[in-house]
Amino acid sequence: MSQRIPGFETLAIHSGAQPDPATGARITPIYQTTAYVFNDTDHAASLFGLQAFGNIYTRIMNPTQAVLEERLAALEGGTAALAVASGHAAQMLVFHTIMTSGDNFISARRLYGGSINQFGHSFKNFGWEVRWADVDKPETISSQIDERTKAIFIESFANPAGFVTDIEAMAKIAHDHGIPLIVDNTMASPYLVRPIEHGADIVVRSLTKFLGGHGNSMGGVIVDGGTFDWSASDKYPMLSKPRDEYAGVVLHETFGNFAFAIACRVLGLRDLGPAIAPMNAFLILTGIETLALRMQRHCDNALAVAKHLKAHPKVEWVEYSGLEDHHNHALMKRYSPKGSGSVFTFGVKGGYEAGVKFVEGVEIISHLANIGDTRTLVIHPASTTHRQLTDEQRALAGAGNDVVRLSIGIENVDDIIADIDQALDKA
Amino acid sequence: MDHDHYSDAYIGSILTEVKTVAIIGASANEARPSYFVMKYLLNKGFEVTPVNPGQAGKEILGQMTCASLAELPGPVDMVDIFRASAAVPGITDEILAMQTLPKVVWMQLTVRDDESAAQLEERGIRVVMDRCPKIEFGRLSHEIGWAGINSKTLSSRKPQLGNGFQSFGIRK
Ligand SMILES: Cc1ncc(COP(=O)(O)O)c(C=O)c1O
Repeated sequence: MSQRIPGFETLAIHSGAQPDPATGARITPIYQTTAYVFNDTDHAASLFGLQAFGNIYTRIMNPTQAVLEERLAALEGGTAALAVASGHAAQMLVFHTIMTSGDNFISARRLYGGSINQFGHSFKNFGWEVRWADVDKPETISSQIDERTKAIFIESFANPAGFVTDIEAMAKIAHDHGIPLIVDNTMASPYLVRPIEHGADIVVRSLTKFLGGHGNSMGGVIVDGGTFDWSASDKYPMLSKPRDEYAGVVLHETFGNFAFAIACRVLGLRDLGPAIAPMNAFLILTGIETLALRMQRHCDNALAVAKHLKAHPKVEWVEYSGLEDHHNHALMKRYSPKGSGSVFTFGVKGGYEAGVKFVEGVEIISHLANIGDTRTLVIHPASTTHRQLTDEQRALAGAGNDVVRLSIGIENVDDIIADIDQALDKA
Repeated sequence: MDHDHYSDAYIGSILTEVKTVAIIGASANEARPSYFVMKYLLNKGFEVTPVNPGQAGKEILGQMTCASLAELPGPVDMVDIFRASAAVPGITDEILAMQTLPKVVWMQLTVRDDESAAQLEERGIRVVMDRCPKIEFGRLSHEIGWAGINSKTLSSRKPQLGNGFQSFGIRK
């Protein structure tokens, strides 16, 4: 009794979004409300007790947000999702659900700088320890796992150079040790890579980037793969033990393969509070409808720009996995045959000074700290995000003095290249 | 019947045709999944009779509990099994001994016994295994999307409104 499985582009437009039953409005309304009227006290009790589906208060859920959540669950191939205020909020709630003070997790060292700060500094206040590992040397992961290790965290495409990580190999290590694999899929987007299909148990991402796609709204999401058995050990009591705040309900037993998303909502989001604004959920939903078209153009433009830079006399090197001679190319083709993303780095001849001159010389390209916009974006990490570090530290972080990071947009590619060329002339 | 994949049409026809349900293993403890399901089905307008020898003669959610299927006051459209898979063959014998057979036997998440299913189907009873009627009702009505759960349904038609605020039904 098989059913047609809709394609990605169809899911991106329709998932979660039925017409409004009262007005017929076809576009999901912006439910700009903080609370929802109950039918009676019994209805209220059922909602608070998790016995009925429905909205109570927008810190916990909102109908515009819910459409976004279902759509993201569908696009990533998960059972459920939770949308929150930012990518960082998503990461905080994921770890809040699986960690207690004294626990640790393994994280890839190759990571967005903001995540390095969150894990290495802020999480310390909660007593959560991060153990950094080199994903190209799996033994550096296994050797650090002990009985208090709760998860492995990686990025699908790692910021800033966009290298792809061998997700299946990471999933195997995690599952051999009875812990989940968490993948930040911000840089790839589910159009290019769906980590759950490769063994990831949880996907987190910043919606601020390619999903919203227009540089106008902050958002983040947690997608529950529905694959991990939270009750196989005593490691995850938030899911496997009775919860006093819900009259003894055991979330995994009650909610089965979407219990993780529910736990992040009814424990983490409810109590820590980083709710997404309905307006932002709406704008991100609109962005997602064109994700497939945009992402393909992002990738095609990025490849054309990378090839051009590679042949440019003022360019020392280009780190883009889409280039055939790049050391990450074969792995990239395996995980992401449609394209290699739009964020990559290159080195300007002339070091720090040349890097500064380049970013100050661009005209239509925007010099700012973001990625995944329709616009082409550029940053020179050594003079901005990594300014406080020594030369050696910068080099280790992949932010050496000559490094420039680009996030290629969907403008006409000839115009992007022309702007780069005139800025390189000045560098 | 392919018990690894049920179509939405199959599940939907069951949930719209069934009116009366006996829940085997219904619990009086409001933290238990069986209590959640019973409360949800009552809210959706199903008549539900709890079956649980430990609670016999007492009410759960205002409904009188029977000790066994044999003691049900009348026929039911569906028997919903909240017991471990190992208990299913015995329950199947009890079902097949009922004066009026139910139209549907539903087994909850993780509950599955293919031999029992074959016996029931041979007698014309439709079988659903390893599923939850609350989740399936929520999915096909699309209420479940309010919790960010993937309903795996797409529609540009008017949702079926239920009673009061925040209640959907399933379109026939
Ligand atoms: C890979 C990656 N993960 C997470 C984040 C954090 O997302 P947000 O800024 O939405 O909190 C970013 C932001 O740049 C990112 O690039």
